[in-house]
Amino acid sequence: MALLSISGVHTFYGAIEALKGVDMEVEEGEIVTLIGANGAGKSTLLMTICGNPRAARGSIQFDGRDITTTATNQIIRRGIAQAPEGRRIFPRMTVLENLQMGALSADPAYFEEDLNRVYELFPRLKERQIQRGGTLSGGEQQMLAIGRALMSRPRLLLLDEPSLGLAPMIVKQIFHVVAEINEKQGVTVFLVEQNAFHALRLAHRAYVMVTGEITLTGTGQELLANEEVQAAYLEGGHG
Amino acid sequence: MTATTYDSADTKARAFPWRTALIEAGITAFIAFMLAITMVGIHLETVQGGLAIATRFADVVVAIILAFVGRIGIVAMREGFPMVVLIGGVAAAALGLLVPPIDIVAAVLQALGGEAPPATPVLQIMQVAGGVILALRAAWLVWRQRGSRESQDERSRSLGDLSARIQGWTGYIGPVAAAFAVALPFLFYDRATIDLATLVLTYIMLAWGLNIIVGLAGLLDLGYVAFYAVGAYSYALLATEFGWSFWICLPLAGLLAATAGLILGFPVLRLRGDYFAIVTLGFGEIIRVVLLNWYEFTGGPDGISSIPRPSFFGFAEFTRSPDEGVTAFHDMFGLEFSGIHRVIFLYYLILVLALFVNFVSVRVRRLPIGRAWEALREDDVACQSLGINRRNIKLAAFMFSAGFGGVAGSFFATRQGFISPESFQFIESAIILAIVVLGGMGSQAGIVLAAVLMIGMPEVFRELEQYRMLAFGALMVIIMVWRPRGLLAHRDPSVRLHPPEGRRRLWSIGGRKAAEPAVSDGAAQ
Repeated sequence: MALLSISGVHTFYGAIEALKGVDMEVEEGEIVTLIGANGAGKSTLLMTICGNPRAARGSIQFDGRDITTTATNQIIRRGIAQAPEGRRIFPRMTVLENLQMGALSADPAYFEEDLNRVYELFPRLKERQIQRGGTLSGGEQQMLAIGRALMSRPRLLLLDEPSLGLAPMIVKQIFHVVAEINEKQGVTVFLVEQNAFHALRLAHRAYVMVTGEITLTGTGQELLANEEVQAAYLEGGHG
Repeated sequence: MTATTYDSADTKARAFPWRTALIEAGITAFIAFMLAITMVGIHLETVQGGLAIATRFADVVVAIILAFVGRIGIVAMREGFPMVVLIGGVAAAALGLLVPPIDIVAAVLQALGGEAPPATPVLQIMQVAGGVILALRAAWLVWRQRGSRESQDERSRSLGDLSARIQGWTGYIGPVAAAFAVALPFLFYDRATIDLATLVLTYIMLAWGLNIIVGLAGLLDLGYVAFYAVGAYSYALLATEFGWSFWICLPLAGLLAATAGLILGFPVLRLRGDYFAIVTLGFGEIIRVVLLNWYEFTGGPDGISSIPRPSFFGFAEFTRSPDEGVTAFHDMFGLEFSGIHRVIFLYYLILVLALFVNFVSVRVRRLPIGRAWEALREDDVACQSLGINRRNIKLAAFMFSAGFGGVAGSFFATRQGFISPESFQFIESAIILAIVVLGGMGSQAGIVLAAVLMIGMPEVFRELEQYRMLAFGALMVIIMVWRPRGLLAHRDPSVRLHPPEGRRRLWSIGGRKAAEPAVSDGAAQ
């Protein structure tokens, strides 16, 4: 049984059908990447997993239980955490306060342990823990967003375009940490990316989404070698 | 206006840019004309049998000239001629003091064969004040030897530092201010001052209450006065219909208002931003209109009169000759009877209530639920992705806020002894909101400062008579220009890394101890 399995999910924004029957699975311990162009519905899929917007049809199972109609805050409590698109940290709160916000739905007994673990992954955050979130650089904000998501002790981490607007060096660093989170801490990662090259190299398995449908799937290496993928998503740059 | 920077060496060589100055001054004069022609130029006068329109066009002319010259002064200052402005400003002020500007216009008009207009003193005041302000500003620049280098940014940064520093002192300022508030009735033992202080404290309490929903949770509530009204009517009706004591009604009024908050909160849960504001504005009006029209229950426009005054905690009454079997306050303490006892008692009552609201707000801000309110203000979507139950958090903010408003309302009812829908107009909501915004959203100390300014200043300016609101408006404009995010806009982190001795470590405040109950509250379905 896969940790997360999505079958036949349709999602609508009003009359617009953003997801047209998506099927996919994420196994425990994997890094799975979803790549696709702007507007393909990648972020919508992540949001649908969290219950906002709701799937109009189809089912979403997490850890063997149906979460298609579960309240968003309950979904998070079951062990899914999301670092949303555009980072969305709390700008006027300090780094530490941001991390505390992430821990709200976790068992408070683990707070210090989790905090130290996040600080180990991102030593920069420890240096800046009393700084306001809004004063951090883009890369640091992304680290904070990931760190904040980790504070809820998730089994599945959803990352929505962590490389957005970041310098290549920083992107490398972030992806490195994502691999570390997966390997050392055993957190399953579902990564949505436009930066296909890095994402595919990192991923165990990957899906390609085009206008609300999964068109291609395979291991990361397979997709990297795939001509269609190369033409559509890897053209020109190895970011 | 963007302030340009010039090196001081540069400035000396520069010629005065007459073109720019004249254009800018022309625009300013035009704006002054547009404003003055209706506001100053035309006014109503009572004549036999009704009203008549009278004109004061000479005043308009003076206003335009003052605006024109003043703008040239500002341009000159910006372009690096502070010395000229300094002399000009002093000259203008001195001239204004010696010869009212209207006299000059009158002389010119007479020379041209016109009539001498009636004189108003306000333009003279404006000229003197404008000259003095320009001169002071110029003197400041000359003294700093920096020309126009201090840009808007720098100024707001230095003011920001100052306000951050002031907030850093709040640890000391708070107790000092509280001590001053406690001592106030003895320092100024007169009724007018204590009454004014009571009024200011009522607004501080209301603003602290509103601050929970606006400042912390970031939901713009334009109908806060509704809860104030619910609290006031709760007490008034319970006391006049059933004869319940004030001390029972006070918490009850808070609970009823909190319930009203809950009821009004549900329909607006899904709304955000402007839409939220508009709906709450509507609710405020609904409550007022219901109070106005439900005659059998609320007394409609007649209101409710002879609302009982509070007793001394049920032990004694503040009357000269109490009923049989009731102790009088002055007898109980062996004092001479004086009407001021009750005034002082009411003052202390509102002081305690306000401090209670402050205490609760500050405490709750450190709990997960308070943190969640702030997170809601910062980023609604992120909150959801962190598994925060936005519905419960918003409703809790509504209830806290409304409950405090209700308590303030019942205090208002008992103090006035008479309430009617007149007291709960939209303008009250606007004033309370203005206090919160001026104070710097979410800042407890800022609200005190803003309430003192907002409520106290119109009283101080009373001597300016009909120009009172003008001066008040000018003050508001100045605050918004200099401190667009509020007087004390610096947000104090709710956890510190090195807490002062005696406070618990940060983890135990936010993380371990407090987190558990409130989190489960927040997530309960």
